[in-house]
Amino acid sequence: MKLNETKTGGIVTVKQMELPSATMMRLKALGMTNGTRVKILNRKKSGSMIVSVRGTRLALGNRITEAILVGGEE
Amino acid sequence: MDKEELCVAFIGNPNCGKTTLFNAYTGANLKVANWPGVTVEKKEGAMRYHKHCFKVVDLPGIYSLTSYTLEEKLSRQFILGDDVDVIIDVADASALERNLYLTLQIIELGKPVVLALNMMDIVEERGMEIDLHRLPEMLGIPVIPVSARKRTGLDILMHAVAHHKEKRVGVIEHHHEEQEAKSRHAHKHHEEYAVVYSDEIEDKIDRIIQRLKQSGKELPNYRWYAIKLLEKDEEITRQMAVDLSDIVTRSYEDDIICQKYDFIEEIIEECLVHKEKKAALTDKADALLIHRIFGIPMFLCIMAMVFFLTFAVGDFLAGGLEEVLAAFTGAVSGVLERAGVVPAVHSLVVDGVIAGVGGILTFLPNIFILFLALAFLEDSGYMARVAYVMDDLMGKLGLSGRAFIPMILGFGCTVPAIMASRTLENEADRRRAILVTPFMSCSARLPIYVLFSQLFFGRNAVLAVDGPAGRIPAMVVAFSLYLLGLLVAVATAFVLGKLQGKKEQSYALLIELPEYKTPNARTIAIYVWEKVKDYLTKAGTTIFLASVLIWMLLHFGAGGFTTEMSESFGAMLGKLLAPVFAPAGFGIWQLVLALISGLAAKEVVVSSCSVLFGISNINSAAGMASFAGSLAACGFGAANAYAFMAFCLLYTPCVATIGVMRRELKSRKLTAAAVLAQLVIAWLVAVLLYQVLSL
Repeated sequence: MKLNETKTGGIVTVKQMELPSATMMRLKALGMTNGTRVKILNRKKSGSMIVSVRGTRLALGNRITEAILVGGEE
Repeated sequence: MDKEELCVAFIGNPNCGKTTLFNAYTGANLKVANWPGVTVEKKEGAMRYHKHCFKVVDLPGIYSLTSYTLEEKLSRQFILGDDVDVIIDVADASALERNLYLTLQIIELGKPVVLALNMMDIVEERGMEIDLHRLPEMLGIPVIPVSARKRTGLDILMHAVAHHKEKRVGVIEHHHEEQEAKSRHAHKHHEEYAVVYSDEIEDKIDRIIQRLKQSGKELPNYRWYAIKLLEKDEEITRQMAVDLSDIVTRSYEDDIICQKYDFIEEIIEECLVHKEKKAALTDKADALLIHRIFGIPMFLCIMAMVFFLTFAVGDFLAGGLEEVLAAFTGAVSGVLERAGVVPAVHSLVVDGVIAGVGGILTFLPNIFILFLALAFLEDSGYMARVAYVMDDLMGKLGLSGRAFIPMILGFGCTVPAIMASRTLENEADRRRAILVTPFMSCSARLPIYVLFSQLFFGRNAVLAVDGPAGRIPAMVVAFSLYLLGLLVAVATAFVLGKLQGKKEQSYALLIELPEYKTPNARTIAIYVWEKVKDYLTKAGTTIFLASVLIWMLLHFGAGGFTTEMSESFGAMLGKLLAPVFAPAGFGIWQLVLALISGLAAKEVVVSSCSVLFGISNINSAAGMASFAGSLAACGFGAANAYAFMAFCLLYTPCVATIGVMRRELKSRKLTAAAVLAQLVIAWLVAVLLYQVLSL
């Protein structure tokens, strides 16, 4: 499942990211690596989201959220 | 130590309070705000602590020490250099988990590091606790809790810096016995380094270090270079130029990042108590402010409120200033007459300097309120959210929501707003943000709106008018100009996007949202005072000179000094260009001359009008009445005024903007084209508005 298909309030685990390397490295530096738990705080219709990763709030555009594969809600 | 001065570099994540801390030490007033990426240049300062002299350097915020972005590259080069004696790693203690990632990388550099745990007041507020005994044991460096906002812990931090300048890593105590027992890697790394990697990576690090030594490289810290080579860091790989293809079979960057974060999790587990107490306030505020339907209306309401305050409260305060100015003008005029100075000098002082500079000073309250409101927005943490709220809309234009931040800052002043575009990662996005930001209505345009909208619009308009203009409040007219600027900026971004084509665009928003906080009185006071000081300085320099220049242009003609303005050089110049502006409704030579002088700074349009129409105290009721009378005599009405204000809004803001555009775009040609485009767009919009409104 893609990150942009998840619901507000859910907690998911990052499985795989298919992004340009600069974006991916920035995300990783912010603590979003494969296996990281992500909480969805806000979701817009377009798929843009605010997520909580390792205690930080990140705003992610829809182009990023659709390129992140995540695993089951816990 | 043979060097007397100690060079201390402040480094840390964006928005962790480095600049606030830097300001607290140096007494400097560098700009701070609650959104990531405020500092875009390295800043230096000096300070003394006991008998030590420190050179302190504030670096732009970064998330890691890789070489992917410009800021990271610059910051890394700087702290790797020999100049830096001690690094102060500033971490936002309320987001410790994320901040420690950079900390671990800095420790690996092998230079003396002191960790400053900033925002301890917020940690306490949220009911969290940090184990300050265990944390330094796990990291091997001194950890000092500070609060830059409340100015606590500052002396202790410098004390630690002075005492730590030669020590690298201190005692490290891990509880890793189990791991060590299992490890087949034969070193006592757990006592030497904060971060110990898996056996596979540690083996490779050793082999790379050996290879580097064999090739005769003299390096201050082999381990760091080895790790960077394992990550396949472009810059370091190029610098070292050692063949490692048999060891570095792939990029180990992911493994290294993950293992660092594993260690961070271990630290958090041991050192952070009550970490589940979340910032409930931020969640509640966000529920409304970034609501997916109310988000944009909320933003517009907030901006409308800012401008309402600017006009209503600003005008209320301006009343007193006008009386002071009137009294001052009368007194100076009297003194000059009694002293018997020649009429030319009397005229220069009273009609030139006091009319121009004094007139501008009466707008100070409006400017003050505007910046006070903007400071609140920036310090509260709302600014970064606007990027998210606007992301979908901006996405349709092919820009990331992030590009909206420089645009909003443009409501304050165009020059720093253009510089803020540096935080955009994509070069094409950046260029577009630079090109559209000048259309945002900056504070210098404010006096023009205040003056002209009050002259021609609303029930209390100075020039009594029938028809629709009398029914539209002056404030609404002024607000509509702000929206017009925003609209033109957005439309331009759209057209430029189409010209650039899809390929170069990347509209992926990625920004960290800070927690909301109560705006800090000190931060806001510094911010507003800086702006007020800028305004006063501008009144004393640019506006003063422009007023004198305009006065001279008006009082000298082919036959020398003249009291007949219509025969002056200024009149000739204005009359030459006036026909160009006739279709826009302001082909009046005085106004054309005012517009030309407005290139120095936009406030000069107003100060020039005072001088040109011979009005003292233009912002007062009497001044406005006499100004309106002169304009009405030329057939200038509400439609003309609106077209004139629109032209002022859209044409080139000022020479300072042209300068900063050239610097940031790194192209004379593009800058010249942009200025030309601004003039053409301003003219077209003004003509269109005038023709439609006067139907």
